[in-house]
This record gives sequence, C-alpha cells and structure tokens, in this order.
Amino acid sequence: MNRIDERFASLRKAKKAAFIPYLTIGDPSVDISFEIIKELVAAGADCIELGVPYSDPLADGPIIQRAAQRALENEINIPVVLSLAKRCREAGITIPLILFTYYNPILQMGIENAMELFLAHQIDGLIIPDLPVEECEEVRDAAQARGLHIIPLVAPTSNDRVAKIVSSASGFVYCVSSLGVTGTRTSFFEGIDSFLDFVRQSTDLPICVGFGISNHDQYKYFSTRCDGIIVGSAIVRTVEEALELLKSDSDREQGLAHVRQFLTQLVHA
Amino acid sequence: MITWPDAKGRFGPFGGRYVPETLMNALIELEEAYLKYKDDPEFITEVRYLLNEYAGRPTSLYFAERLTEQLGGAKIYLKREDLNHTGAHKINNTIGQAVLAKRMGKKKIIAETGAGQHGVASATVAALLNMECKVFMGEEDTKRQQLNVFRMKLLGAEVIPVTSGTRTLKDAGNETLRYWVSNVEDTFYVLGSAVGPHPYPMMVRDFQRIIGDESREQILKKEGRLPDTVIACIGGGSNAIGMFYPFVNDTSVHLVGCEAAGKGVDTEFHAATMTKGTKGVFQGSMSYLLQDQGGQVIPAHSISAGLDYPGVGPEHAYLKYSERAEYVPITDAEALDALQVLSRTEGIIPALETAHAIAEVIKRAPKMSKDQIIVVSLSGRGDKDVETIMRNLGGNRNESH
Repeated sequence: MNRIDERFASLRKAKKAAFIPYLTIGDPSVDISFEIIKELVAAGADCIELGVPYSDPLADGPIIQRAAQRALENEINIPVVLSLAKRCREAGITIPLILFTYYNPILQMGIENAMELFLAHQIDGLIIPDLPVEECEEVRDAAQARGLHIIPLVAPTSNDRVAKIVSSASGFVYCVSSLGVTGTRTSFFEGIDSFLDFVRQSTDLPICVGFGISNHDQYKYFSTRCDGIIVGSAIVRTVEEALELLKSDSDREQGLAHVRQFLTQLVHA
Repeated sequence: MITWPDAKGRFGPFGGRYVPETLMNALIELEEAYLKYKDDPEFITEVRYLLNEYAGRPTSLYFAERLTEQLGGAKIYLKREDLNHTGAHKINNTIGQAVLAKRMGKKKIIAETGAGQHGVASATVAALLNMECKVFMGEEDTKRQQLNVFRMKLLGAEVIPVTSGTRTLKDAGNETLRYWVSNVEDTFYVLGSAVGPHPYPMMVRDFQRIIGDESREQILKKEGRLPDTVIACIGGGSNAIGMFYPFVNDTSVHLVGCEAAGKGVDTEFHAATMTKGTKGVFQGSMSYLLQDQGGQVIPAHSISAGLDYPGVGPEHAYLKYSERAEYVPITDAEALDALQVLSRTEGIIPALETAHAIAEVIKRAPKMSKDQIIVVSLSGRGDKDVETIMRNLGGNRNESH
C-alpha cells in the first residue's frame, strides 16, 4: 500500500489533519535541506513535499521563486533531489515523500524512466503544478502503474472541472486556497468554505488545502475543515530569514532553531 | 484545408495547455469568448475599422527595385508592416485582443514586453479604448529600453519592472501570467506573440494573418502569381506565422523563418530555438526551446530584443517538424550588415528583428533567377533600435561595406 494512503488512513482514525510541509531542496544546500527535513519530521510532518527548483516556476510567488533561484545556483535537479530522498529513507524517515516538480524536467528524463527512478527512490507521489488534467494522462498512467500517486490541484475557479479532475486522482486532492500563486496571505478566497465542501462532496479522497497558509490561526482554521494542511512559502521564508546562520558551520544550530521555533508556533502555537 | 489546432490546442505534437489549474478556467473562458466573437460580423467590422482607419491598413507590398537590382536575382517585395501605427505588426494583434477584451467586459488589460514594442502597442490600444493598462517588463529590459518605457507611460500605462529570473522577456511573461491568475475577474491578458497556452497561439495567428492575406492578394494582383519564397524573422513567431499561414496550403511557396543566431549557434549566445533547441514545455505549451539536459530553460541572446527569447510558437514547431517551413539562423553581424544594405538601397531603416529576414534575402535572392519572386515581411521600422545600432557600429559605420 502506498505510504500516502496508509498515513491518511491512520490520521482518519485519529481524527487528525495531516501536516504537509513543502521545502525547496538545495536552498541553501542539499545537506542543510536534509537537516531541515529532520526538523520537519520532528515537528510532526505527516508527509513532505520535496520541491525541485525550476527556472520558470509559473505557479510560485516571489518567496519560492527566490529559493528556486538560489537552489539552481547549486545545480539542483531531479536526480539530486532523489538522492536526498534516499538519504532520508536511510536515516529512518518513513513518512510519505512527494516530489513537487514542474513538468518539463520530468519530460526531459523520459516519463517511464522518471517513474522507475521515483519508485526506486521510494517516492510516494508527485505534484506537477503545470500539468492540468487534460494533459496528464500519460504521466498518470505511468505513475499509477507503479503505485505512485499524482496529486491533482483544484482551484476555486475549477467549478465543473472538479468532477473530471478528481475522477482520475489518487492519494489526495490539493485544494488551492485562493486565486493566485504560492505565497503567504492574510486573507483567503471568500467562498473557501463552500469550495472545500464542494470538493469534499465530489470525492472520497482526503482533501488538503494549501497556498498562503502561514500562521497558527489559519492552520487551526483549516485543520477542522480538511484532511491536511500544506505549508510552503512560510517555511521557505523562514529558511530564507535564517540563510546566513544556516550557511555557517558555527551558527547552523541557531538557524535550525529559528526554523524549529516557527514550526512549533505554526502547528502547536 | 488546414484544421489545426485541434480542440486541445494541438498543432501535431505541439501546443496544448500546460498551466496551473488556477489559470485553466480563464483560458477556457477566453477560448469560448474568442470562438464566439471571431466570426461575429460586428466584432469583425470593429476590428477592421480600427485596423484600416487607425492603424493604417492595408500596408503596401512594395517592389524593392534597387535591392533587387543590387542582388541581381529574384524580385523582392517588402510587406510594409513598418508603416503601421506604432511602427510594427504588433498593433494588428493588440487591436484584435483589446476589442475582444471589451466584448468580454474586461476593463483592464495586462501585457508582457521585451523591447517594449508589444508594450507600446498594448498601451496604445488601451488609451484608444479607454482601458487601464499594466505592462510587465524585465528590469534589465527597462534599463535597455528607457525610451519605450517612457512612451508607455506617456500613453497612460503603468510599467512594472520584473525582478525574477533573468529579468528579461521570458520572466516578464511568467510574471504577467502570475498576475493574471490573481486578477482574472476583471483583467484580460493581451499576449504579444504566437506562444503560450491555447488559445493564444491560434488567436494571435488569426489576428496576424492579415499580413499574409494582404500579401497574397497583392502579389497576385501585381505579378499574377504566387511568390516562390516567403521570408520572415522569428522570435516567438507572430509576424512569421501571420505571414506564413495564408500560404501554408500553397505548397509551391517556400516558407523561410529567420531566427537569431546571436554571436553564433556554436556559442552560448544565441536565440536559435529551431536550430539548437529541443522539444519541451515552456510557458504553457509544448514546442522547441533552449534548455539544459535537466529541462531548465537557458537564457537566450540576440542583438534584437524582440528575438531574444528561448522559446518559439508551437505552430512554427509544427511547420518545422512537418517540414512545411524551413528555419535558418542569422547572426547579429549578418543582421547589422543587412540593416545597412536596406537603409542605403531603399531608404528604409528596418528594425533589428526585421534585419534578420533581410539578411536571408541577401543570401538567397542572388541564387534565384530573375523571374522568381521573394516576399519578405518588413515587420517593423528601426527607429527604436537606432541607439543600439549606433553602439554596435561605433565609429566605423562604413567598415562593413
């Protein structure tokens, strides 16, 4: 059974929402990403999105754009992120790992070849933000044949597309909280509750919400309304704030403590 | 008859719609509106009125007698898109899209721009149709093209410098799409080239095909037959697809696109997407692009800001793939030489983009016989480039000849 399914099954029994953090890998280095992942696990992450940096991240706001640019200077690509996933497994991290990547890097690896590698590196699912349902079939078939989930995005504007999107989905459904790109926000799409209800009625899969969640109040609000909360830019921004500390061997612990403190405030307050 | 793109926006294996789900509804809404209005007589009449009375169409198909004589081969006809209002073909498309925006009830338009030509053409129609206009422009480009930034502001537009990525055209395009996602309710994205997600490549082609439609009619009138060769420069490819499309079914007509080879296709400094690029997804569609092995987009280079783009429109990718059109690289130096030749033989200073097409004419015409005909798209005038040209030619303005 896919680790994502297992995890949501046990969370459902415990009546708990999943905490799903996102991290741009390689910002400021793969080694430090590994240290941050350990913090995410310690903070209670139920699943981690490993972000592959991309030169043209259409769905991302300025925080993740900057992180991607820094990571690209370190020549981070899918194989590098996969070797980090392997390292996580060797360190005893058993929670589901999801690769967040734009489509072109997968396309250039060859779809079948990429899926084989994802399977071999114990990746459990994929989020490909620029691959809408109309273009997704080949990738989805190759992934699902190997037990990998393709996590689809649904937006407040998806309306009658939601049924089509969830009909072929597996793992969970990623509900975009507002119109726009990733980033931290103080307010969400007005009809967010009815949007989440609408998606809920359209599928039996767990529904998770992301884009813009950056503080405990928002976290708490959504944890009673859906099955998981995805936090990306707020974490990447916290890493950015501690960048100089993280890069210095002597101050790294202090940088990690900054990240730890944010995670504690976010999840537990 | 040509039937592409198909319902999914595909030109053979190219095109499609590779965008975040947050944009899908907007693109579908746009496609539906375009399909509804494109054959609507009132819509067509309004667009035609503005093209004729405001932009100055039809543009002439001018027999370049002295250039023909000097090259000693095929007869050369110039399709004078440089005579359009704002000095280039860009206005054909911005008029079409802005009138569509109005029909859709959108009061605000946004646009991306590289050198500023499409930005100026968008700001122009926004002023004309009383719409609010924001133009996204890479920070690097705002510095290189200060005059066009000022022009846009004069026309009442807001210019937003883009500081992400390489701070050039491709990043301006990304940022415009991102802004559109957040403001889709009241905002129309006027995309400037035949690129991006469906329906843009189709829509931009349809608004630009007037270049080829007029040329075809004019050459039949003047010469009583079709040209042997049709030549246009290509960055994203809007003037080239506009010129080529009406000739695609005329299999006797050779179609040649001229892309920017910059400092040479064997250097790192070029924008030769067709010659050196590979298949991939970039800015919403499947096409050829300049990329590294990991699928990251590589920055392009060209002396001409309008060709300085690492992608190319999906319909051009298909014309290359199906071998209907040929695409050739032209270096910065060849373009600069060609620009001077045209200036001196015909008294026409072409845009640096256009000079790439002229360079191919100079190579090709002498090898053709005197009863053969070349039609070349003179896509824009060179006034905007005078500073760049001066900088590049320095004090040795006569050296190349």
